[in-house]
Amino acid sequence: MYRDYLPTRRRSRDFDPSTLWLAGGLGLLLGAVGYGLYQQSGRNRVAHRPPDTAPARALRGRSGPRTVTGRTITIDRPRSEIYAFWRDFSNLSKVMESVHDVAMDGDLTRWTIAAPAGRHVSLVTRITEDRDGERIAWETTEASDIEHRGSVSLRDAPAGRGTEVVLDLEYLSPGGELGRFVAKSLQAEPHLQARRDLKRLKMLLETGEIATNANRPSAA
Amino acid sequence: MRALTWHGKHDVRVDTVPDPEIVNPRDAIIEVTSTAICGSDLHLYDGVIPGMLSGDILGHEFMGRVVETGPKSTLKKGQRVVVPFTISCGSCFFCQSKLYSACDNTNPAEKQDMTEALYGHSVSSLFGYSHLTGGYPGGQAEYVRVPFSDVGPIVIPDGMDDDDVLFLSDILPTGWQGAENANIQEGDTVAVWGCGPVGLFAVQSALAMGAGRVIAIDEYPNRLALARKLGAEIVDFKQTNVLEALTEMSGGMGPDSVIDAVGMESHGFAPDTVMDNIKQNIGIGADSAHALREAIMCVRKGGTVSIPGVYGGMLDKFPLGALMEKGVQVRSGQTHVQRYLDDLLRRIGDGELDTTFLISHRLPLEQAAEGYKNFRYNQNDWTKVVLKPGTQAN
Repeated sequence: MYRDYLPTRRRSRDFDPSTLWLAGGLGLLLGAVGYGLYQQSGRNRVAHRPPDTAPARALRGRSGPRTVTGRTITIDRPRSEIYAFWRDFSNLSKVMESVHDVAMDGDLTRWTIAAPAGRHVSLVTRITEDRDGERIAWETTEASDIEHRGSVSLRDAPAGRGTEVVLDLEYLSPGGELGRFVAKSLQAEPHLQARRDLKRLKMLLETGEIATNANRPSAA
Repeated sequence: MRALTWHGKHDVRVDTVPDPEIVNPRDAIIEVTSTAICGSDLHLYDGVIPGMLSGDILGHEFMGRVVETGPKSTLKKGQRVVVPFTISCGSCFFCQSKLYSACDNTNPAEKQDMTEALYGHSVSSLFGYSHLTGGYPGGQAEYVRVPFSDVGPIVIPDGMDDDDVLFLSDILPTGWQGAENANIQEGDTVAVWGCGPVGLFAVQSALAMGAGRVIAIDEYPNRLALARKLGAEIVDFKQTNVLEALTEMSGGMGPDSVIDAVGMESHGFAPDTVMDNIKQNIGIGADSAHALREAIMCVRKGGTVSIPGVYGGMLDKFPLGALMEKGVQVRSGQTHVQRYLDDLLRRIGDGELDTTFLISHRLPLEQAAEGYKNFRYNQNDWTKVVLKPGTQAN
């Protein structure tokens, strides 16, 4: 038996029960998320937290114009060797990607450093602390483009693993937050640089070369 | 030179690229005589490993003749060498501890940022793989630059064929380490998921280490037949419930050790696989891990789970409850190839290990793309593809 095809009228104004299910589902989901957050926030609150033993650069939620950064790396070399390498600042251009040039000028050292957008900044540093085999600290003089303080500290690693090298850097970023954002997007942010530079230092001192995936010297 | 390059998901081509040169003092240049396509190359082929760039030269199983050496290389021109797929410096804490695939110094510093963000710490470099592991140009090419050539490559005596020793570069030590990590005691029952090259070598290694029984799990008749020939009992997961079968076959206890030689592209039809694949396809989860989940469910209480299979990202729906409540231990890791080379070369020489039984196809380098396609889509017949850069295309 055949029936004529009758198009069903679109019942747009009628209530569609699936909407209710959708709304109910969303409501449940939101409720579950909200309850989860409530549970998290209400659990074992602590009013005051005394400082812990972690270094200050591992603090959560640092802010302000001055940025403290740093990094620790273990290098399987005696403290004396790492100290001697670092103390001759001209060595550092081998491992520090952004350092273009290091020039000694009596007690002062002049650093030419690549900055974002093809610019260069110039730093003049003075050594503020120099303990053989243990620590070198420096700070910039007024002739510098960026205000900066830094130190490298060496301590014996446990179980004969060599030396723990701690690099601490404190700097006032050029151009504040915006400058730092730009620098980071160009991968020139000092924190990244510190991390990479220390790794190159480790490679050079432990293996005698700096690893590269370049297939030709011209690309390295 | 000619080289197999990656251009995206399911797009690999043999291109002409610049010849490699000595860059660092410890480098050597190898003229490749044999190179293989690895199951983990298929993860790149399928685009599920993050950190690939168009134009990357693939290939991490290769061997050849030394044609050039840097001033600090210990190799000599003309030597035949097999090159481990892991690049290791030999002097850092990890290399000294024989954890070569955890080497600190071979992954270029600027590549380590991404790896640290994903894994917490950077790992060693690998040839012809993701930029997470250095992005070094690989060995499916006429020539390869081999960094730290004084640490990795093993010199092969002239009497041995390429095919006998090529797999020292990866899959033989990987299967061996997979069995070693399974903590096999004399007479143990060991189950191996995946009868691909690594799974087959894990079967062979487990038996060599004293396993009483090895049960191999796959769905492809040809691959299962190879496992059976090695002395394994076999389970076809398309016709058999694996958990039930393994429990019944091990007196109700479950296998003492389980080995996941499948990795991140598990494909058995199961609800979790469908969910994993959806996530892989939209790029929010690297791993499809049905085999691993099943292995953890199957292993006996207090047993060992060994994972030579490759994983890359974050996994959910993970049977952590089974792992904890059963007191199971897990061991994994990329292979510390250099640790095993001397011993395995001797075993091959003494005829203790058969390394050529799994080779199904030998192709000229020019036909590499065809090799990838078939190795991916015709897994039953194409069990292992060896590429020979010196030979002409058909």
